[in-house]
Amino acid sequence: MYDAPNLETRVTQTNTKITARGVQVFYGEKQALQDVNVDILDNTVTAFIGPSGCGKSTFLRCLNRMNDTIASARVEGEILLDGENIYDKRVDPVQLRAKVGMVFQKPNPFPKSIYDNVAYGPKIHGLTRSKAELDQIVEESLRKAALWKEVKDRLTEAGTGLSGGQQQRLCIARAIATAPEVLLMDEPCSALDPIATAQVEELIDELRASFSVVIVTHSMQQAARVSQKTAFFHLGNLVEYGDTSHIFTNPSDPRTESYITGRIG
Amino acid sequence: MTDSTSAQSPAPAKVRTSLLTQNALMKKRNAAEARFKAYGVAAICVSLSVLAIMLWTIFSDGVSAFKQATLSFPVTLDADALDPKGNRDRAEMMRVTTIGYTKLLNAQLLAHLEARGISTEGVTDKDVAAFISRDTPARVRDMVLEQPALLGQTIEVSGFATGRIDGYLKGRVTRDTAERDTNISVAQLDLADRMQAEGILAAKFNWSFLTAPDASDQRPEAAGLGVALIGSAYMMALVVIMVLPLGVAASIYLEEFAPKNRWTDIIEVNISNLAAVPSIVYGILGLAIFINFAKFPQSSPLVGALVLTLMTLPTIIIATRAAIRAVPPSIRDAALGVGASKMQTVFHHVLPLAAPGILTGTILGLASALGETAPLLLIGMVAFVANYPASPLDGGVLDPATALPVQVYSWASRSDPAFIERSAGAIIVLLAFLVTMNIIAIILRRRFERRW
Repeated sequence: MYDAPNLETRVTQTNTKITARGVQVFYGEKQALQDVNVDILDNTVTAFIGPSGCGKSTFLRCLNRMNDTIASARVEGEILLDGENIYDKRVDPVQLRAKVGMVFQKPNPFPKSIYDNVAYGPKIHGLTRSKAELDQIVEESLRKAALWKEVKDRLTEAGTGLSGGQQQRLCIARAIATAPEVLLMDEPCSALDPIATAQVEELIDELRASFSVVIVTHSMQQAARVSQKTAFFHLGNLVEYGDTSHIFTNPSDPRTESYITGRIG
Repeated sequence: MTDSTSAQSPAPAKVRTSLLTQNALMKKRNAAEARFKAYGVAAICVSLSVLAIMLWTIFSDGVSAFKQATLSFPVTLDADALDPKGNRDRAEMMRVTTIGYTKLLNAQLLAHLEARGISTEGVTDKDVAAFISRDTPARVRDMVLEQPALLGQTIEVSGFATGRIDGYLKGRVTRDTAERDTNISVAQLDLADRMQAEGILAAKFNWSFLTAPDASDQRPEAAGLGVALIGSAYMMALVVIMVLPLGVAASIYLEEFAPKNRWTDIIEVNISNLAAVPSIVYGILGLAIFINFAKFPQSSPLVGALVLTLMTLPTIIIATRAAIRAVPPSIRDAALGVGASKMQTVFHHVLPLAAPGILTGTILGLASALGETAPLLLIGMVAFVANYPASPLDGGVLDPATALPVQVYSWASRSDPAFIERSAGAIIVLLAFLVTMNIIAIILRRRFERRW
């Protein structure tokens, strides 16, 4: 069997990448998120945990304005990326999403070749000037996503023909090919088996060197394994945010403790 | 649980039932299932047999339209009769009308029969001449005007026999019917038998059924589908050109870009309603707008195509929207997530995946447009059109034309029984047209098959 590696769980960074202040999200009349304040650090894995419907995915989707695609969603407050408010009228969400990549719950490769999946982002953002450069970006991204060795001989085959874990790593490669600064992951392992999960977790730890990674997860063990910072959401509130080691060993809020020990959730 | 349950009357003693025997309820359920299957099979059998009967009648009536009784005999093109001035001048030669050619052909046929020793006993010379279709002298005249060098030579003329003789060869005209028919006599039929034995008269495959224009009531043997085929082809091409961009653009806007509010709801309901509007209403609309108001020419494929486009548009919008909605949202998320704009998402990812569905819907819409008759009647496409429309580059879409279903209708309403067979033949051509379109659609759809 696969042995889970010992991942670094201490916070080593101090520069803030994303600052959220007073973020409130409404779906129509219903308020999904209340007054969230959080500072997400650069080169750090931040985990959002909490029971279903607590607003953690909603908050994640605020960070690259994917909520814009939901007609009834309304976001208040401000979210600063490197000091710039991403909800400013002048910000084009398309440009923002090139900086803040996203990996989804279910692997969703495009029904195209493996190469085209990874090359699509750089192509539409005009990141390359030649085929050789594009080839290089594709290879680098696939290497970073720990997929290169498995697919280098079949880049022209359909991305949908890969196994679930490979597909998810392909989606990660696709997300990092546009050279983002932040990588958002919405329960990236929930559709994967334990071995694929372990591979992706190891990958997340490696990606920390280049990006600020924010991961939403249902699995507390996963949060404990991969993250340095953890935020606990409950009923639309950010209950507690702090170092992962602290949250899991010595939570300050009784609700966090109840959730971690399995009494609620 | 609580005490209340145990306080109730004791549970009935358990009866052991065997799995090997069915209980009454199970038998009832199985019987219901078997009955339901039988209904389904019966329904399919009934529809298949009705389809088979329909196809059988169409084919048994219509296949004979592709064969035509043909008279073949040598004709010496008498230069004195056909070019009296002898100067081979086209304008001068035009003065000799088909009547002059008819006389020549009649005389030559009689002479040929005599030379071959075929007795024309009991048949007057005029009745022998009646064997030759009125179409034949016109064709010979066109040929001579085209190539004046033929004058004085002897050529082998192969032309249609009249409709009654054709009917006799195909079994439509019999000696019984001939006795009651002023247009044909039993003696003529006997002569037809002798001529057939000598090889002068034979039923041959008739290409001109597909290529010739319509012909008047007096010569059903010459009537063809040429103009109707061209008209239908022009209309289908124009409908595709107009309906696809309009329908796809409208669907994409409504499905991907439009805000969901009362206005889009109203538009949606109206599109569904328009799909159910009877086609003749579109005909009246086309008559009012395109002909009376915009002053487009009547009977033109352009007006026909505009009307059919209006008629097909709702169907295509509904089918296209369904196809777009069937594309999994995860693909849109993925594209937006890597920073594609809304339009890039739609054109790079959603449309290619929706293409097979859009194609299917389009072909279904086109198929119904191809078979549509009622609106075309109202815009004058039922007219008798004897001239081919010009090529589309020369404005042929504004020339008068007919369409296949309209041709079927107009032939079916003519008095001469020879047109019934041609009507059925035209249906066969229409069905072949449809099957071809569907095969193209299937091939295209295979090519774009869903790949996720």
